[in-house]
Amino acid sequence: MAGATTAARRRRCTLTMPRLLILFAHPRLEKSRANRALLAQLPTHKDITFRDLYELYPDFNVDIVAEQALMAAHDIVVLHHPFYWYSMPPLLKQYIDLVYAFGWAYGPDGRALQGKAQFHVLTTGGAKEAYTPEGFHGNTLAAFMLPLKRTATLCGMTWLPPYTVHGTNRLTDAELDQAARHYRDLLLALAEGRMDPRTLTALDRLDQIALPTH
Amino acid sequence: MASFLADAVVYLGAAVLCVPVAKRLGLGSVLGYLLAGMVIGPFVLGFIGEEGKDIMHFAEFGVVMMLFLVGLELEPALFWKMRKQVLGLGSLQVVPTALALAAPALMLGLTWQAALAAGLAFAMSSTAIALQSLKEKGLMHTAAGQGSFAVLLFQDIAVIPILALLPLLATANVNAADGGHWIDSLPGWQRTLAVLVAVGGVVALGRYVVVPLLRVVARTRLRELFVASSLLLVVGIALMMETVGLSPALGTFLAGVVLANSEYKHELESDLDPFKGLLLGLFFMAVGASINFDLIGGAPGTIIGITLLVMLVKMTLLLLIGRRSGFGFDQNVLFAVGLGQVGEFAFVLLAFIAQLAILDAHWTDTLMAITALSMTLTPLFMLVSEKLILPRFGTVQAEERPADAVEVRHKVIIAGFGHFGSTLGRLLRANGVEATILDNDSDQVDLLRKLGFKVYYGDATRHDLLEAAGAHEAELLVCAIAPEAAPDLVETVHKHFPHLKLHVRSRNRMDAYELMDQGVLHIYRETLDTAVRMGVDVLQELGFRRYTAQRAGQAFQRYDQAALKELASKRGDKVDYISSVREKIAEQEELLRKDLHHDPTHADHAWDSEEMRDAGKRR
Repeated sequence: MAGATTAARRRRCTLTMPRLLILFAHPRLEKSRANRALLAQLPTHKDITFRDLYELYPDFNVDIVAEQALMAAHDIVVLHHPFYWYSMPPLLKQYIDLVYAFGWAYGPDGRALQGKAQFHVLTTGGAKEAYTPEGFHGNTLAAFMLPLKRTATLCGMTWLPPYTVHGTNRLTDAELDQAARHYRDLLLALAEGRMDPRTLTALDRLDQIALPTH
Repeated sequence: MASFLADAVVYLGAAVLCVPVAKRLGLGSVLGYLLAGMVIGPFVLGFIGEEGKDIMHFAEFGVVMMLFLVGLELEPALFWKMRKQVLGLGSLQVVPTALALAAPALMLGLTWQAALAAGLAFAMSSTAIALQSLKEKGLMHTAAGQGSFAVLLFQDIAVIPILALLPLLATANVNAADGGHWIDSLPGWQRTLAVLVAVGGVVALGRYVVVPLLRVVARTRLRELFVASSLLLVVGIALMMETVGLSPALGTFLAGVVLANSEYKHELESDLDPFKGLLLGLFFMAVGASINFDLIGGAPGTIIGITLLVMLVKMTLLLLIGRRSGFGFDQNVLFAVGLGQVGEFAFVLLAFIAQLAILDAHWTDTLMAITALSMTLTPLFMLVSEKLILPRFGTVQAEERPADAVEVRHKVIIAGFGHFGSTLGRLLRANGVEATILDNDSDQVDLLRKLGFKVYYGDATRHDLLEAAGAHEAELLVCAIAPEAAPDLVETVHKHFPHLKLHVRSRNRMDAYELMDQGVLHIYRETLDTAVRMGVDVLQELGFRRYTAQRAGQAFQRYDQAALKELASKRGDKVDYISSVREKIAEQEELLRKDLHHDPTHADHAWDSEEMRDAGKRR
């Protein structure tokens, strides 16, 4: 009984102070100017956990038990990766295949991820306009992300729109730096409970939100 | 001395002449030996006369040895796996057969005790004939083969309680004159007790004396000493059992079971196997020679009639059991004919029965003649069923039903269980693969056994030891013995077990070249993976991304393997390649030069946004 009340209290606390888990996946970070810039501004905060997957699991041998424990202890999952071939790098797919397991994340007894929120942070070489019905790729980003969205909702997570950094090949260093600061502010606003993730579901992209800068 | 040599020439000559002829005619070696015995026996050529009985007594030692080896095969764990089949099929065969054969004996005027004793003796089948024939035909792993093995195993074990029970069936008081054993003067229940005590003694001896002794012998690394101690062990136990008036066969069988789990199992098997083969041959010859043709000639109809009747009863019951176990027609015929004879255990039991005077001499002589006759007839029956019955009535099954699979052997053999082999073995074990392990360091074997590994002592380059370890049935052999000895092992495997997949550890390039020359496909240089892994870690310490370093290591490893193959093919051109220091340096130089022209990432532009960016700028 006492245990139940403690859990309930902690649940209330996490609502006001959500914890963020950033799963970063880039197979060749040393060659990615955009992502190095984004990571350079990454805040150090007690409620933000950063995981560099290619550095942790270069052999793809993901520690399922450890990762599931980490996911269980966080409220918002941030999947940060380049949008390769309209999808994610292979290690992140491997991670999802292994960690979002049947009986844990989905299926009759799989409720570990229910009530959490998830969003992607994407860098794309193509410009924002390329991801429109009239554009180069002929479809919206939301259409391309449909399988990713279903993955989250199947596990009972709240799907938030992506945070995007488009046209990375053409952005100037100053523009990149600006995007990185905005990304940092969003993470802090979420981690400190100044922003409720459930109010963001209707947006197109998270990078459109106006935030008070620090 | 001269007469001994003459006898030896007669026996060996008869065997050498008759066995190949019998085999050529498709009769099998057992019938060959039996025929050889009949030919040289007192009733045909008369080369050997009354001393045939003594030879028989001596050759019974072949049965004793065979039982020791059967016991060695009988691992408790294996038995546990097969327990249902052994107990189910076995008890279904022995009990009804014994009763069905005792009934007519009762009608012939024997007491119920005598009838039961005869029935029990006749319920036994011949392990030697059945297993030998199944092995020769490669049928051990069929449903019939497994079923036969299960029944024979049950019979082997049933002999122990039967031998213990027989004294209770003795009605007449035997005076000590004939046997001379002190045990004969004891009342029945005390004899039963003595049997149990002796059995316990053998178990304790095997466990606490023999294994430590063999360990000491193994440490001397003298092979003939090990052979000598193997013989000493079997002869010693046989003598001990004989002294207390028990069957030596029973004692050695027990000793075998006790040692089945020891590390010396395969070494003992391969050392004793030739002796067993020779002595069994001698035994069958003695059986052939001892067939009392006078007795048969006196009442040929009766003897042959009883023999056929006994075999008919046994086979009918076996067919029913086979039908009940779901064997197909072919398998069932094989099963019934294979086990339809009265076996060599009957000789052992009949000898004991005679000694206890449960049956009189005329009866035991007759029964022995019937036994020998039925053993002689079995290969003929098999021939008839194989050539006449099965082709006509056998259903050609499109797909053979998989036998209730009992894995008699592990499918993997690991030769050499040092640091390298044991790591590999642990990985396999962690994934549920139990391998048969061979190692020739007795201290190492001792230690690993204490840790619960199934390790056997012996030199893995010897083909007989590999044979005993089940190389003919195994699928894959891992060679992790000293790299200097690896080529010998490879040669043995290629010669005797060409079906085995070979995975060979080598120390360096030079070892690898030699193995490549031998045609080994899977060679593992122990220096390669570790060096590359360490290099990857060093790159990482120097600031490389871990995944980048990992891919660089993998690319390097692939490149190095290709370079090895290329250098090996060049090396073949040189007539005499001496792996001198100078040659090694020359090769190293060539390798390093190749490295200069090699860019492992020349085709790898994935995930490189800088390149895309540059291309975009140029546009």
